[in-house]
Amino acid sequence: MTSQHPRAIESILLVFAWLVGSGAYVLVDLGVSGKVGQGTRGVLLITAGIVACLEVAMRTLARYADPVLLPAVVVVNLMGVAMIHRLDLASAHSAAATGAALPRADVAAQLLWVVVGFVLFVGVLVIISDHRILQRYTFTAGLLGVVLLLLPLVPGIGRTINGATLWINLGPFSFQPAEATKICLVIFLAGYLVRAGSQLAVVRTKVLGVPLPRMRDLGPILLVWAASLLVLVAQRDLGTSLLLFTIFVVMVYVATGRWNWLVIGAVLMVIASFIGYVGFHHVRVRFDIWLHPFADPSNTGYQLVQSLYGLASGGLFGTGLGQGHPYLVPFANSDFIGAALAEELGLFGFTAILMFYAIIVQRGLRIATVVRDDFGRLMCLGFAFVIAFQTFLVLGGVTRLIPLTGLTTPFLSYGGSSLVVNWMMMALLVRTSNDIRRPAPIIEVSDEALTQVIAR
Amino acid sequence: MTRRIYGVGVALMVLLVALIANLTYVQVLHADAIKNRPDNQRLTLAEYNYERGPILIGPNAVAKSVPTSGQLAYLRQYADGPRNVAITGFYSIIYGRTGLERQANAVLSGTDDRFLKDRLGQLFAGKTPRGGAVVTTINPAAQAAAEREMAGRPGAVVAIDPRTGAILALYSSPTFDPNGLASHDATKVQAYYNKLITDPAQPMLNRPLARTYPPGSTFKLVTAAAALSSGKYTPQSVVPGPAALPLPNSTHVLTNWFHTACGPNGKITLTLALDISCNTAFASIGMALGPDALRQQAENFGWGHSFAVPMVAAASGFAENPDMAQTAQSAIGQFDTTATALQMALVAAGIGNQGIVMNPYLIAEELAPDLSVVGRTQPSQFRRAISAGVAAQMTTMMVTVVDHGTATSMRIPGVEVGAKTGTAEVGPGGKPHAWMVGLAPANNPQVAVAVVIENGGGAAEISGNGLAGPVAHAVIQAVLK
Repeated sequence: MTSQHPRAIESILLVFAWLVGSGAYVLVDLGVSGKVGQGTRGVLLITAGIVACLEVAMRTLARYADPVLLPAVVVVNLMGVAMIHRLDLASAHSAAATGAALPRADVAAQLLWVVVGFVLFVGVLVIISDHRILQRYTFTAGLLGVVLLLLPLVPGIGRTINGATLWINLGPFSFQPAEATKICLVIFLAGYLVRAGSQLAVVRTKVLGVPLPRMRDLGPILLVWAASLLVLVAQRDLGTSLLLFTIFVVMVYVATGRWNWLVIGAVLMVIASFIGYVGFHHVRVRFDIWLHPFADPSNTGYQLVQSLYGLASGGLFGTGLGQGHPYLVPFANSDFIGAALAEELGLFGFTAILMFYAIIVQRGLRIATVVRDDFGRLMCLGFAFVIAFQTFLVLGGVTRLIPLTGLTTPFLSYGGSSLVVNWMMMALLVRTSNDIRRPAPIIEVSDEALTQVIAR
Repeated sequence: MTRRIYGVGVALMVLLVALIANLTYVQVLHADAIKNRPDNQRLTLAEYNYERGPILIGPNAVAKSVPTSGQLAYLRQYADGPRNVAITGFYSIIYGRTGLERQANAVLSGTDDRFLKDRLGQLFAGKTPRGGAVVTTINPAAQAAAEREMAGRPGAVVAIDPRTGAILALYSSPTFDPNGLASHDATKVQAYYNKLITDPAQPMLNRPLARTYPPGSTFKLVTAAAALSSGKYTPQSVVPGPAALPLPNSTHVLTNWFHTACGPNGKITLTLALDISCNTAFASIGMALGPDALRQQAENFGWGHSFAVPMVAAASGFAENPDMAQTAQSAIGQFDTTATALQMALVAAGIGNQGIVMNPYLIAEELAPDLSVVGRTQPSQFRRAISAGVAAQMTTMMVTVVDHGTATSMRIPGVEVGAKTGTAEVGPGGKPHAWMVGLAPANNPQVAVAVVIENGGGAAEISGNGLAGPVAHAVIQAVLK
């Protein structure tokens, strides 16, 4: 039943996903003002339309794909939209109170980006008819990834926001190309490791009991390590740097099966961290805030301290949507959206959101284990890992499990670059899943032929 | 490769568990310690989310919370803020609470344990909690008179009902507007606060309670009370009152403000000495009684004690181990003798209440949110300062001061008023403080008052009569009307 009618199951799950997201959106209105807002009906119609189109697209373009992945994504994405709307209401409220001009509603822009994400999702499904096609573009992807990564450093088009140079100007928009680098890096590594994986497994010498690969095979890893350091130094982006390097190490490990790559990766990361701590003020500050957030609560520690206040006041069950004060946390709709949700939904509600992430990652890993070609395996593993590890880095940061690194929370945060790129990753997972679950047509035909023969 | 993908899955599972474990710690186990830190704005927001109860002067809510459209649901508003701020204090997001806003916070915020029933009712009715009300003892007419007559000159006014200790007027000048600090506009609040604390006139100082002044000649009431209580003096006792009194073991020579002897042959009766405020006479009496008798009398009126009204007033002071010259000066309210305006009002009140000083208080009643009375202040005795007989003698002497002496500005047609003026030296260069202490009506005192005007006027005793007198007069008239 499941394998034969995945789209039927998906339809039901998508309806539930939309109901959860829409319920949250309406509860935000009720929590803030006691009545449903003027624009709410329109927003619900738009999201319903997107969800319906998504299902139509899946039925026509990927009818055999995994039915659970997208509903989980939709839940997380719509919860993000609801929280962004909640923070919009707070800004409008405070603007009204002080007599300032009414600020632009971020939720409108976010919805536009959801539509763009959906269009690109469909575009990827249409253009990439088989995920193995991507293997041909291994080095193109690698080159594109590096170019995108370095783009913000080009004078004239790069933009520095809050001390980090991660944005480029695209007319009225700004785009964070490092987000797109993630897709390119995963495709490049999957293709490269399928070709070179066996060589990377060759052991030449041992240092302190750790088997080292040959020097020329070490080249690429050192290159990526250097690129990550460059991101850290030139763009002051701790999160992306850590994320890219970790993807690399994990994918090399999975491809080669050699644990020594994990050791080498860990050693290089420690060295990079040490260089960062000693050489760069902003890294040291981040680290010190993590250890002693209340040492300077109104200045350097302000963001994390406000985030912790929000989390602590949320408690077990949360204040209820629209009834807490998540707007007190800086960047509450982007980097700190996790803290905003945890304040209003509480430990229980926020753990539920974490479970939807767990479902997304689990489905991704599952696709990776089932796909028949190594390229597909590595690519799907890479995508699942990116989503999981990026979520861990940013949520661990805002909850003070690990030092704070500026990253978006996949599908939740306000911001187009991240949202669009993550939807494209989902498209590639769906495409791969569809390819492997598609019943083999040759056997169908021979079955029919056999039946016919017997019937005669 | 599949096995290793499972391995990655397990590693990610560990990260997920770590996230949830840490969230449990931050959101639940360690949450109270985090969220109760004072700089957590959510505490303030929660406080501003319900209707804080009013502070009432007479029938008027002089401090009340009104709903706003801002993030903070209620704004604290003060009617006649500058007039009443010594009583109400202020309630600020940034600078906390002062005055009754601070001292009666449990009632005003509705967190008082006596409101449990009302709180549960509100909870079940699904309504937001609200605060109770505080009814003050202030007489609105007297308070208004104090503001009007002080006219911004620096100083303090206190009026007390001698029979109960209820404070009828409490005014500090110059004053400020608590609305400026209760505003929700943090920038404006900070700017206003910075202006207030850098103002050399110290408008935020609650003068009637917090500032001690040299009481000058008004302290002669205490010296006279000590003299009468000692049994060695009567109002008609003849005491030395020379034009100049050389102080023992000192080069200092004490003189009178009128620069002549107080009476023929340098002698005068105690009553007349008080009438004309004869320094040499009271200095002589002080030396004759000794410092211990003077201190004991002062302490029986309240010196050395911090009255909580419920705002805690500064303790008034008397010299430690003075020599004879210092005792002479202490007896006329100079040297190390200090007093708050509240303390000087209590002297008059004690005399007016047949010698018994009542504990001063500002809160008459505390009301629950449903306006039922949960607390009513019972007047309580602080101490018997003097016997009823001495009190009667003192009252008569004070009436003479108004009728024939230095406190002529206190006269009210048809009402017997008792009073004592004071002009307190503040050291070289500074103009003296002008004092007036009074009570009325003399046969059945209903109001005792003390007024001080800082650095008010010339060196003459008339400055107390001319400057502080009209203020005290207006306050007494407002109470008796």
